[in-house]
Amino acid sequence: MLQHLPVLQVMVPLFGALVAALSRRPGPSWLVMTAASWIALAISVTLMHQVLTGGVISYHIGGWDPSLGIEYRVDVFSALILVLVSGIAAVSAPFAHRSVASEIPEDRIAWFYTMYLLALTGLLGIAITGDAFNAFVFLEVSSLSSYALIALGRDRRALVAAYQYLILGTIGATFYVIGVGFLYVTTGTLNLGLIGERLAAVESTRPVLTALAFITVGISLKLALFPLHVWLPNAYAYAPSTATVFLAATATKVAIYLFVRYLFTVFGDRFVFAELPIQQVLIVLSVAAIFGAGAVAIFQSDVKRMFAYSSVAQIGYITLGIAIATQTGLTGGIVHVINHGLIKGALFMALGAVALQVRHCHIEELAGLGQKMPLTMSALVVAGLGLIGVPGTVGFISKWYLIVASFEVGWWWLAVLIVASSLLTVVYVGRVVEAVWFREPSEVARGAREAPLSMLIPMWLLAGATVFFGIDANLTAGIAAKAAAALLGSPG
Amino acid sequence: MIDVFSELASHYNQYITVFLMVAGLYIVIARGNMVKKLVGLSLFQTSVYLLYISPAKIVGGTAPIVDPRFAVYSNPLPHVLILTAIVVGIATLALGLALVVRINEAYGSIEEDEIFERDQDH
Repeated sequence: MLQHLPVLQVMVPLFGALVAALSRRPGPSWLVMTAASWIALAISVTLMHQVLTGGVISYHIGGWDPSLGIEYRVDVFSALILVLVSGIAAVSAPFAHRSVASEIPEDRIAWFYTMYLLALTGLLGIAITGDAFNAFVFLEVSSLSSYALIALGRDRRALVAAYQYLILGTIGATFYVIGVGFLYVTTGTLNLGLIGERLAAVESTRPVLTALAFITVGISLKLALFPLHVWLPNAYAYAPSTATVFLAATATKVAIYLFVRYLFTVFGDRFVFAELPIQQVLIVLSVAAIFGAGAVAIFQSDVKRMFAYSSVAQIGYITLGIAIATQTGLTGGIVHVINHGLIKGALFMALGAVALQVRHCHIEELAGLGQKMPLTMSALVVAGLGLIGVPGTVGFISKWYLIVASFEVGWWWLAVLIVASSLLTVVYVGRVVEAVWFREPSEVARGAREAPLSMLIPMWLLAGATVFFGIDANLTAGIAAKAAAALLGSPG
Repeated sequence: MIDVFSELASHYNQYITVFLMVAGLYIVIARGNMVKKLVGLSLFQTSVYLLYISPAKIVGGTAPIVDPRFAVYSNPLPHVLILTAIVVGIATLALGLALVVRINEAYGSIEEDEIFERDQDH
């Protein structure tokens, strides 16, 4: 049983999706979703424990050798992503019950949970598979189900947002699969580790450079790297609250995982960063994302859209850490993947609770909600402080690593930019906090009541985690450092 | 001159692949009609099937069933991969068209610029 955990990690949510679809009724499908995501969390935590004590797990599907068949490979980095994805899914499960019931027509609720579990399957699959084409299939499983999830939003603009995401997402995935095609023709294998070993002999040839270009652009579309982020703000803003919580906290993070996997394990950081100008390009785009998207976020009146733009900016910090490509920089990038997942999960849960009471998340309608929903709005403030990077929150840990990493490589100007960019975050988080706590309640806000416990507990669990891991970062930063060391030490 | 022709003739499948790829991507970018965009997207995905199948097929190669009468086999793996990619392509196209139907019901148009205009008044 225990040696089959890697494949069960993916199979449990997959079969859960099937059962949820067959059950057809809201109640049972919610139970299936909750059970499947908590089992997935238990499996990923067990896998993490096994990896930390016993090293990398290699699971051969059907007993085929990795050079012929599909290999599931769990190392510290993939286990970390597995825990994040299944953890967010599990914590969102109780939250989903009330939120989905209020936002989705009753006859579609079972389909919502089916899509939710399929998205979970795809995201976990990308993180666990060691096969390039299998990763493409999981990428499409997660993408197709997230298009459907987004299209279930109440506003008709959700449909257009889902359509645009579908077009850009498919272009991204197709670019990725073109790149994989070139790698396969060059190396004769689809196993990521083996491609990495065999590429050493043929790197700098034209097919390998073409593959790198296609894969980089394709995955950058999926992870919403500036300026390929245009699909993200509308998709997050108009999706149902639960879908936003889940996708914002996990979907782009898994794409980042795949990106790092290719840069460091497959192509090798020496080849990518020493011989090609990818580092410069990534740094410029990351800084542009941090400042550009951060500035746009300030002027949004829809709070959900504001935090969606903020996601684009925060992804900039992660890619910045990846681009610095030193032990400290990469640790900062990876730890921010986790930290940003927790922060955005808590923020969008708070907005989901608001949507339950006042329907829209317009900043005027949020005015004075602090008096009516003090617990929800306190969680919003705590997570907002994390977003700014106030000491004692997780945001500070990530930025600390990034700033130290910039000084280590002698780019003091980068450290200045990182600190300056926090001011943008202060402005837009400040706008929300001012409206919520320091204004008279708006007309709709007067009728609002505190969110139900089933929403408050998950929200505070995530908000509490942003403070806990901000004070004691040994667990998250320690594992992230291990993951970074393994990535940088890998041959290729 | 003859070199150019022999290059074209021997790699004609690659040239067709690249043409389809670029044509598909161009339609996605240049057209405002949502159905036409999906047609372009489908074309773009289909070109990738050719990209995978071309290098896998050997002239005179048979299906990889071991038999003393045959010595040359085509590589089965890319064929199987593309079978999967075709399924993905169909799912994408079906979902895309379903979304366009819903958009048409909600907006009464499938032209991108008209839809953006209608949301502006909203």
